[in-house]
Amino acid sequence: MDLDYGGAAESFRAHVRGWLAASLPAEPLPPMDTAEGAAAHREWERRLADARLSVVSWPAEYGGRGASLLEWLVFEEEYHAAGAPGRIGQNGLFLLAPALFEHGTPEQRARLLPRIARADDVWAQAWSEPGAGSDLAAIRCRADRTGGGWLLNGQKTWSSRAPVGDRAFGLFRTESSASGTSIGTDPTARRHAGLTYFLFDLHAPGVTVRPITQLDGRAGFAELFLDDVFVPDADVLGQVGEGWSVAMRTTSSERGLSLRSPGRFTAAADRLVRLWHDVGDPADTALADRVTDAWITARAYQLRTLATVTRLADGGALGAESSIDKLTWSELDLAMHETALDLLGADAELMGPWADGWLFALAGPIYAGTNEIQRGVVAERLLGLPRGRR
Amino acid sequence: MRFALDAEQRQFADSLHELLADAAVPTAVRLWADGDPAAGLAVWKQLAELGVPGLAVPESAGGLGAHPVDLVVAFEQLGRHAVPGPVVESCAAVPTLLAEIGHRDCLAALADGELLATLVLPPHVPYALDADVAGLLLTADPAAGSVGLLDSAGTEPERSVDPTRRLFRPGPALPLAADVPGAVARAFNVGVLATAAQLVGLGAGLLEMAVAHAGRREQFGRPIGAFQAVAHQLADVHVGLELARPLLHGAAVALGSRSGTATRDISAAKVAAGTAAYRAARTALQVHGALGYTLEHDVAFWLTKARALIGAWGTPAVHRARVREALR
Repeated sequence: MDLDYGGAAESFRAHVRGWLAASLPAEPLPPMDTAEGAAAHREWERRLADARLSVVSWPAEYGGRGASLLEWLVFEEEYHAAGAPGRIGQNGLFLLAPALFEHGTPEQRARLLPRIARADDVWAQAWSEPGAGSDLAAIRCRADRTGGGWLLNGQKTWSSRAPVGDRAFGLFRTESSASGTSIGTDPTARRHAGLTYFLFDLHAPGVTVRPITQLDGRAGFAELFLDDVFVPDADVLGQVGEGWSVAMRTTSSERGLSLRSPGRFTAAADRLVRLWHDVGDPADTALADRVTDAWITARAYQLRTLATVTRLADGGALGAESSIDKLTWSELDLAMHETALDLLGADAELMGPWADGWLFALAGPIYAGTNEIQRGVVAERLLGLPRGRR
Repeated sequence: MRFALDAEQRQFADSLHELLADAAVPTAVRLWADGDPAAGLAVWKQLAELGVPGLAVPESAGGLGAHPVDLVVAFEQLGRHAVPGPVVESCAAVPTLLAEIGHRDCLAALADGELLATLVLPPHVPYALDADVAGLLLTADPAAGSVGLLDSAGTEPERSVDPTRRLFRPGPALPLAADVPGAVARAFNVGVLATAAQLVGLGAGLLEMAVAHAGRREQFGRPIGAFQAVAHQLADVHVGLELARPLLHGAAVALGSRSGTATRDISAAKVAAGTAAYRAARTALQVHGALGYTLEHDVAFWLTKARALIGAWGTPAVHRARVREALR
């Protein structure tokens, strides 16, 4: 057992650090959910891609450099420690791409992945519906056969990046949940059957995007109204009727190490420690303890992720374990920002990086599967407790 | 980078678990609490056959000279089964201290499990734990950097909240070594790490008991583990333990390589292990209900040991301060 990253990872670290120091924008970019900010963030993604630092762990043919998972973690540590811009392409990079690598056709991978890597396509997610949130399998949006493809109908919501994005991925019902007699009588299996994973254009005829203003005052997500939106067969990901399992591949990436890698939180914990040094009252041991515990938890998440990387290298899968990660980072992120605001005293209410980060962190226990859903996964699938009522 | 136990370490953990599961440890715990350590000492004999007391003894002195990761693996199992006795002192801190100061006479007897030792290390370890079963009583002063030999324990022990812990106030000591602050600091770190591992193991044992009970006990026509109010608390216990364990392993790696971050990492592990074990203890008690609040059930012995170990070998406040010191 060792924690030695090795020479290759450390020289890659030096490369990333040097490039970021030379290339970071002098001023923070405008918020990515404004038109101006989206353009600036797309431009930043193109610079990353030109340096082959946008998708370091992908194969070279798609714009990556075939880096190991460990090197990718190193990239993330450096990226967040440098305070580099948020990734406007994150839905495509961390949620769609893993599903494409696993379930996409060679044609789909060749057509879609390089455009994700350069943020030529900014992807929105289209999972939730007004009646299907935590109970995702209650999806009612439909896809019906038409010549050469499908027609999508229905309403999606909380579609992140849709106001500034180009395309979206989501699940649609391709057969009635009441049918599927071949599946048997398990109601859960029946609800999961008949769902198909579709990719569609947000600017296609029949798509209406209604931006929704979030708690932070920005339109980070939107409602989507779909009225006979045509999708060619080429934009079905995986097999018709098997969308649920394709989507589940995405959720373990979202919950686990790829969407929210430890580097983001170890960087925030280090900033919190610096803030405590700068403004903390040495007599306030309660706040000092909260700062310490935040640092310890960030370190624990980092080490846990190194254990996960080892497990994956040995042929393991992410699976239900990723629910532990999601619970960890979402609660840690909130705790760190709450602690920072308490350290800032009366100035905490002034808008700034910590107040902004706090507003963002508040969403953590809700998105990517609520923390109640994650605790249910831990209880049933990791501890083997009896299945609860749903 | 390989941050995982190897096959041999996993096998070692499994062997210890099997041995302890078959050794009627809960009975030995009750007898130890009643002042009869014979059954507990018989468990120690079995542990010695698997090499546990020799882990921290150098090979040249008749031990295994094991890596701190192996020590952590063993102590997690000792905690999981709430093995009574001065395990941290006799199997981790004392052999480390004696090896570091080059006082090798007793090491072979310690490694064989024929000799038990205990250690006072003020201010964080003020009492000689189970001095009545220990043949070797040491005291170490981290401020002076000295080590001494204590007179045998003659007085009545103080009562611990953990009824198996018999705490003796140290009497006068004869000097054994002077000017060895590094040895005392390392022995303290090894003791803290072993205690942290024991805490994670206690938490894991408590979670196993609680999960088993929640799957068995029915109310309102269903197992109580099917209720979210119960299931989600148990999930949080699991999350806490799953985060404490990598800190423990990371600290053991740092200690093994004599890294400059070892003290910080060991203290971080102790804080997280204590928090996770206490959450496990409270939740296990709550899930067991009134049944858990009796000495007829094992939960009580695991719970009180967790509470005792949270304060032993440095309180959470002491260890948080050590982490902060390293972050300056």
